[in-house]
Amino acid sequence: MSFLEVVRFALRGLSANKLRSALTMLGILIGVAAVILLVAVGNGSARAISERIEALGTNTVTVMSAGRGGAESTALTTGIAGALTDPVLAPDVASVSPVVSASASLTYEGAEHEVTSFVGTTPGWFAASNTPVGSGSAFTADDEAQGRRVVVIGRTVAEELFPGVDPVGEQVTVGGALFTVIGVLAEKTSTGFQDANDTAVAPLTAVRQVLTGYGALTSILVEATSPGRVDAVQSEVATILDQRLGVSSSGSAAYRIQNAAQLLQTQTETADTFTTLLGAVAAISLLVGGIGITNIMLVTVTERTREIGIRKALGAPRRVILTQFLIEATLLSVLGGALGVAAALVGSSFEIVGVKPVIVPSSVGLALGVSIAIGLFFGSLPAGRAARLRPIDALRYE
Amino acid sequence: MTRPVLDVRELTKVYGTGEATVHALRGVSLAVGRGDYVAIMGSSGSGKSTLMNILGALDVPTSGTYLLDGVDVSRLADRQLALARNRLIGFIFQAFNLIPRTTAVANVELPLAYAGVRPRERRRRAMAALELVGLADRARHEPNQLSGGQQQRVAVARALVTEPALLLADEPTGNLDSRSTEDVLEVFDQLSAAGRTIVLITHEPEVGDRAHRLIRLMDGRIVTDRRQRPAPVPAGRHSA
Repeated sequence: MSFLEVVRFALRGLSANKLRSALTMLGILIGVAAVILLVAVGNGSARAISERIEALGTNTVTVMSAGRGGAESTALTTGIAGALTDPVLAPDVASVSPVVSASASLTYEGAEHEVTSFVGTTPGWFAASNTPVGSGSAFTADDEAQGRRVVVIGRTVAEELFPGVDPVGEQVTVGGALFTVIGVLAEKTSTGFQDANDTAVAPLTAVRQVLTGYGALTSILVEATSPGRVDAVQSEVATILDQRLGVSSSGSAAYRIQNAAQLLQTQTETADTFTTLLGAVAAISLLVGGIGITNIMLVTVTERTREIGIRKALGAPRRVILTQFLIEATLLSVLGGALGVAAALVGSSFEIVGVKPVIVPSSVGLALGVSIAIGLFFGSLPAGRAARLRPIDALRYE
Repeated sequence: MTRPVLDVRELTKVYGTGEATVHALRGVSLAVGRGDYVAIMGSSGSGKSTLMNILGALDVPTSGTYLLDGVDVSRLADRQLALARNRLIGFIFQAFNLIPRTTAVANVELPLAYAGVRPRERRRRAMAALELVGLADRARHEPNQLSGGQQQRVAVARALVTEPALLLADEPTGNLDSRSTEDVLEVFDQLSAAGRTIVLITHEPEVGDRAHRLIRLMDGRIVTDRRQRPAPVPAGRHSA
């Protein structure tokens, strides 16, 4: 008795009760589709997060003061920022941008808008922080040196204050002083919960004069010559800062150096946990589908007890009966699994809760493999029961 | 004297234990020669169905030996028992027991499929068997499209398609009207004339009268064993 023959018997058995077979398959279909799709959603959001972090620039490190309220000894100053541009001690540093930032409200012709981060910096910041200007222009080193009151605003600010108007050339009031809008930043994808487009950038000198005063810098953005040199830059910066700030031991650091690559890693780990969690929830529905198969196959075996008796009386060996029912169960799960993969592939072309799902190929293989295993595992109980039936009992069964 | 096709000695069968013990068979010894046509009669509860199930290797005796074509069936393991049912016995049931939603020809092919015969050869032999019972034109019909008599003839075709040493029929006409009974009995007559060994059980006298040998069973014992027609000249097993 060839294997193909047994498969034919199994197919005939399944097609005898099409609705029941279809519904059982649906259970596996939903399970498999859920696993693949939810893992894809998790993966898609992880991908989106890492893209955003990469957009921040992976070849920069940010130095922030760890001290409280700009205490004398640990405050970051423009002098320290200047010291970082040292071709001997820090050969891998491409540019250094001192940054001050504060929240401020911008007003234009009676309209008011609160900006969460009004940034004062040097022109090098635009390139280092990967924040290109969309329309108009950035301010120049000369603007910075002269303390000219010019500002480049983010997309959100432009939309809030200048609906339908070209903001370039207009004047806004910030902290009682007039700033001329000279450009609008290109749209940027947001990192985390903050709107990256709700910002305004002005020369460091002007911002200090108007808003923040001449205290400590908020942070210093240091750009490496290449992404591969970020770690070198980090240690070089640390050396200079230790010297400058007079940190004796590594005890309590007076500053923090944040590296986009590290941030990326942390975020990726978080996203992976999230993905695993989603996958686990979906796996439960796959398990439920598997139990559905056992249930239906048990019903089928009971219903076909007489048929099993006839087959045995005609000389069907135990192995053939076992194989037939195992194949029936496995076909249910495999067909359900394959349809589930198809459903997941279709579903992944849509955006789900704001995330574009990215299918993980291994999750497809895994889900299919698990569905085959489910068929074999959950089918073995009813199939074993069918194979063990004594022909005389099976034939008497009504 | 050639070896008998069927040779049972001191067969007993006990169901249940303690108070509920039922002695279905109390020592049945019986030998059936090749080409014989034997009818076993008895009232209900006489143990004839139990005997039939044991002869068909569907059930095992409590004690005694059962030689089928020289093979001791009572000592076979499950796998060989399946083989014996497939190769040595053709079983015909009172309730026809065709597989539902499966065409007549597919039903007849089934034992050949379990025997591992190739599809083309299988189809040819199944059609030949259906031809023999006069149902070649109904090959594509499913059981529920056939009359009782036709279903039983399909079942007969299924039983003889593997060329078994022994055809066993358990009240083959029990569920049939008189015309269908006549059709089926004619098929048995033909098969007997062609040299087949047939053992059937019945409670209808007109069925028993057509057999060559009539055995009466009562309370698990053989009470009479009467030859109604001369024993056939032993012929080859595959002379049909």
